[in-house]
Amino acid sequence: MAELTEIRWHGRGGQGVVTAGKMLAQVALNSGQYFQAFPDYGPERAGAPIRAFTRISAEPIHKHCQIQAPDIVLVLDPTLLEAINVSEGLKEDGVLLVNTEDPPAKVREMVAFPTGKVFTVDATKIALETLGREITNTPMLGALVKATGILTIDDLIAQTRKQFGDKFGTEIVNRNVEAIRRAADEVQEG
Amino acid sequence: MSRFEAMDGNAATAEAMRQINPDVVPAYPITPQTSTVQTFSQFVADGEVDTEFIRVESEHSAMAACIGASAAGGRVMTATSANGLALMWEMVYIAASNRTPIVMTVVNRALSGPINIHCDHSDSMGARDAGWIQLFGENPQEGYDNCIQAVRIAEHEDVLLPVMSMYDGFITSHGLERVQIEDDGAIKDFVGPFTAHEALLDVDHPVTYGPLDFYDFYMEHKRQQVEGMKHARRVILEVAADFEKRFGRHYGFFDGYRLDDAELALVVLSSTAGTARSVVDDLRSQGLKVGLLKPRVFRPFPAEELADALRDKAVVGVMDRSDSFGALGGPLFMELSAAFKIHDVPAKTVDYVFGLGGRDTTPDQIESVFRDLAGIAETGKIQQPVTYLGVRE
Repeated sequence: MAELTEIRWHGRGGQGVVTAGKMLAQVALNSGQYFQAFPDYGPERAGAPIRAFTRISAEPIHKHCQIQAPDIVLVLDPTLLEAINVSEGLKEDGVLLVNTEDPPAKVREMVAFPTGKVFTVDATKIALETLGREITNTPMLGALVKATGILTIDDLIAQTRKQFGDKFGTEIVNRNVEAIRRAADEVQEG
Repeated sequence: MSRFEAMDGNAATAEAMRQINPDVVPAYPITPQTSTVQTFSQFVADGEVDTEFIRVESEHSAMAACIGASAAGGRVMTATSANGLALMWEMVYIAASNRTPIVMTVVNRALSGPINIHCDHSDSMGARDAGWIQLFGENPQEGYDNCIQAVRIAEHEDVLLPVMSMYDGFITSHGLERVQIEDDGAIKDFVGPFTAHEALLDVDHPVTYGPLDFYDFYMEHKRQQVEGMKHARRVILEVAADFEKRFGRHYGFFDGYRLDDAELALVVLSSTAGTARSVVDDLRSQGLKVGLLKPRVFRPFPAEELADALRDKAVVGVMDRSDSFGALGGPLFMELSAAFKIHDVPAKTVDYVFGLGGRDTTPDQIESVFRDLAGIAETGKIQQPVTYLGVRE
């Protein structure tokens, strides 16, 4: 990866958006990349729309402004597609990845993003079936890494084991790893 | 061996505090400083440090306890932000006047009102005349490095002044970046053992702190504070040189970027300097001779060195992340303008007040500042000495 990649995350308070951004930063660190991960702190509360940002680059990153024109936008909650303009500023050749049961073509109908790539994955279903809870951040990371190739699935899984291992134990870690692998397999482009 | 970690500014600062292992940390939580002392209090609870952590009822009490513990003969640290610093106010001056070498991280945040938790520099700039040494850092790495160097600077026997180490609230305090954390032993060696001066607990050599001191000696004591600040100029550079020798990262009074042959220069503190660096690269690739100067030390103000670094520039734009209402411009602009006058720098200077209350400052806005500077260089005329960047008028 040569250039700076800028990512914007959309989710709702409590869905693990900030944790996902930090986890991606950890994977970047382990891969020898430079990174920034920062949330957009407002008066957030459970259920409210929130944003977080990640920058990844092979070179040191100097910019400390918010991300205006992301390369990648991730939407963790499908109901946000109707609530906010998720493609705002997204580069014309950028990537939009949405957690939804709908196919990419349906997302294109709902979001003003005629160019670029649209990916979808039913991360909610995967999370419910693997984790037993509607926490979509780990499957979305799996889908992101598969769809964009910005980092590797192996590095992501290694970090998941490292970060969750001590805190939650082997069973929870294995379920998260399964969620990542399933999301990587099931993500669709259209 | 040093290691690389993904840390935000507050985590990196708490890590520095763990490695420094101060005797006493009195602290009160305030956004966005909170996670610094929260993380450090966890180190205390886990027995990873020997520190006496004092949970106080307010920031005024936090600084009062810092002064007492420092005067008693301990190595003392704390951290605060914005209104917390404002509530400390009286004690902040007394800490400097008593020559207590306290190290305080100030995570920069806008002062109320209206209530705002996001970054600007109004908190620490308001304290610029309190007698503290002030260091500003761009990112979590600089927050970590400055915190460690601050201990050596404050405690130097020729200085004995408290130090504030600043970085930007949320942008740096809560922004995760790659940070090089040095080995515990190497930091312990660098800061060295604490030597108390005139300690209250040294009962064989009794001293008094804070007695009445009227027109008979007050002025001599103030004059001595000035002397400590003068010595700090040398000590800051000595400590930076030793830090670079051991850890390889360079620090000084300020950091120039593509500055030597620049005709137009921008002067800006902290995280925005990073964004400005990327703009300098973009404009250089278009053939514009632009450069950046990022001050690190605001007190003592390195007037002569700044004047020399900017002497041959056509136009110097200053960006201030705080205002001084009713004055000629922001604090950085006024100090630099005075330095230019005293040291005969002919460069034209203009001020841009930006980013108040955390308003985002984009590369486009910084580019517009450089375009303004180019216009001034071309026409020789300043239309507007102070501009409010990105404000609705």
